[in-house]
Amino acid sequence: MILRRIDKKQPSEFKFSKNNLSWVKKQIAKYPQDRQQSAVIPLLYRAQEQEGWVSKPAIEEIAKMLKMAPIRVYEVASFYFMFHLSPVGDKAHIQVCGTTPCMLRGSEKLVEICKKRISKKQKELSSDGKLSWEEVECIGACSNSPVVQVGSDYYEDLSEESFVNLLDKLIDGNPEPGSRKKRFSSEPEGFFKSSKFKIEEKTNASVKLFLETPFSTDRKK
Amino acid sequence: MLKEKDKIFSNLYGIKERGIDSVISRGHWDNTAKFIKKGSSWIIDEVKKSGLRGRGGAGFPTGLKWSFMPKPNPDKPSYLVVNADESEPGTCKDREILRHEPHTLIEGCLIAGFSMGAHVAYIYVRGEYVRERESLQIAIDEAYSKGFLGKNAAKSGWKFDIYVHHGAGAYICGEETALLESLEGKKGMPRMKPPFPAMAGLYGCPTTVNNVESIAVVPTILRRGASWFSKFGRANNTGTKLFCLSGHVEKPCVVEEEMSIPLKELIEKYAGGVIGGWKNLKAIIPGGSSVPLLPAKLCNDALMDFDWLRENQSGLGTGAVIVMNSDTDIVKAIWRLSKFYNHESCGQCTPCREGTGWMMRLMNRLVTGDANLEEVENLLEITKQVEGHTICALGDAAAWPIQGLFRHFRHEIEDRIKNRITKNIAAE
Repeated sequence: MILRRIDKKQPSEFKFSKNNLSWVKKQIAKYPQDRQQSAVIPLLYRAQEQEGWVSKPAIEEIAKMLKMAPIRVYEVASFYFMFHLSPVGDKAHIQVCGTTPCMLRGSEKLVEICKKRISKKQKELSSDGKLSWEEVECIGACSNSPVVQVGSDYYEDLSEESFVNLLDKLIDGNPEPGSRKKRFSSEPEGFFKSSKFKIEEKTNASVKLFLETPFSTDRKK
Repeated sequence: MLKEKDKIFSNLYGIKERGIDSVISRGHWDNTAKFIKKGSSWIIDEVKKSGLRGRGGAGFPTGLKWSFMPKPNPDKPSYLVVNADESEPGTCKDREILRHEPHTLIEGCLIAGFSMGAHVAYIYVRGEYVRERESLQIAIDEAYSKGFLGKNAAKSGWKFDIYVHHGAGAYICGEETALLESLEGKKGMPRMKPPFPAMAGLYGCPTTVNNVESIAVVPTILRRGASWFSKFGRANNTGTKLFCLSGHVEKPCVVEEEMSIPLKELIEKYAGGVIGGWKNLKAIIPGGSSVPLLPAKLCNDALMDFDWLRENQSGLGTGAVIVMNSDTDIVKAIWRLSKFYNHESCGQCTPCREGTGWMMRLMNRLVTGDANLEEVENLLEITKQVEGHTICALGDAAAWPIQGLFRHFRHEIEDRIKNRITKNIAAE
């Protein structure tokens, strides 16, 4: 269990964008009457996608929307590790998976690179404010390890070299996610080269969704 | 080796066209109403006969679980909740189902939901799987547009809706009652059982929580027959299973294979073998981080099923095989799991909240070589004090990897400590 607190510097207000607001209404409609509290995690996450992190005004606004006591929303925001309670890098927040399957395949080297290139301590912004990083627990792509997550996307099968390259590209743009070993998804490497399978889709489903909707105006990476 | 035609997830890697029309042409959604018209007791009987055991880790018979649901009551609707909070280190199988074979899951939800009298299913996807969640939602929208979900789902006369919900990075929400708490918009802290979810689950209503894979295999079982499914694997361990291979193998991958496949065959046929060869194998964790490891000498004859692994003091868990070769610092590999459990303990029960921290710190001293021999006993004592003394199984899961390490590699740990002591004395 890890104690987490909200940032000392807080913005004065939070408002969902118009598009996000109509999305919020649809979320609440998923749950039975008077059970709108169920939507708290999706709403907090959408607030984070909009602003980059979850601020105190966002917590209070969501509490109002869902008719919850602010403390109930606050405890959810601090319990779930995906909520950033302080600002993260402008361009990208790099979440390096460090649990055993990734560690066995070299995630410690990726952490070293983060320390050198971004900031000594995790969850601290780089000097230009563009990047930040943290070591996260298993993100569930173990057959493509080592993996890092940035926003909605997974960058898989990394090496030191491809990771350094990825960091450069994240500063300038929006590199395509997926395997860095040219694997399609989680098949054994080279599986489709030697076999009779016909590849009908261009990319796996995760990469396809990235190519279709890398960001929308209401979603920060 | 499992034949291509016997694979339930024929598009596991997503190379075939994924749109609903292609999915239908591959045989999914073929006359689903036929099964529903045969009635819920027929469905539950077939699933029981197939021998399907839950794929989420515990291996509880799926048909039996469904039969615990009470008769439908208009005041208390029944719910099906699908556990797609795949977070067990080493496990990445449900991810492939969610993004590449979502219709197996959606069709399975309709059939399973009907059999337990539920009109609504919630699929709880882990927060990190954003693209997978989007992929699943697209498939659900397609199913609605084809009339497979909604008021008269697949023309069966049964009303059925599926909603996708997501978490936000808490491993504990994979525990079924913590998942229900989270779905209700609270911190994911497990509930005391009883009452079991079949009596009082989501919003206090009868609920069944099933793993993604357990639900996704059901349509194919009904279509091809329980006896087809049960011919794979050994008795009491039937069917096909998704295995995730990771760690020190040449080609890590996710594959569908027969249950009870020899471990060695699984690693050598699909993953291109252990890095450095089979002789270079040190140990494996056969079922995700929560199960004790198996040393190389047991791996030669290991069968990948519930019973063989349990008899050898480990477990099949989720079928996630983490391979470690002789380059591995095995104490460190297990320490990293202790760190994981310390991070993920929800903090509700004292033995787990405090114990996971103590275990992690003692393991850390073993890694850095600062521990002394008495502390080894101390650490084992703590694992025993945590195990079985918590509401959910996270405490057990934190204790078992360490107990497994000591069962098979105690000599290595003690040698390490003795070496340091003698070295220090020599230096003085």
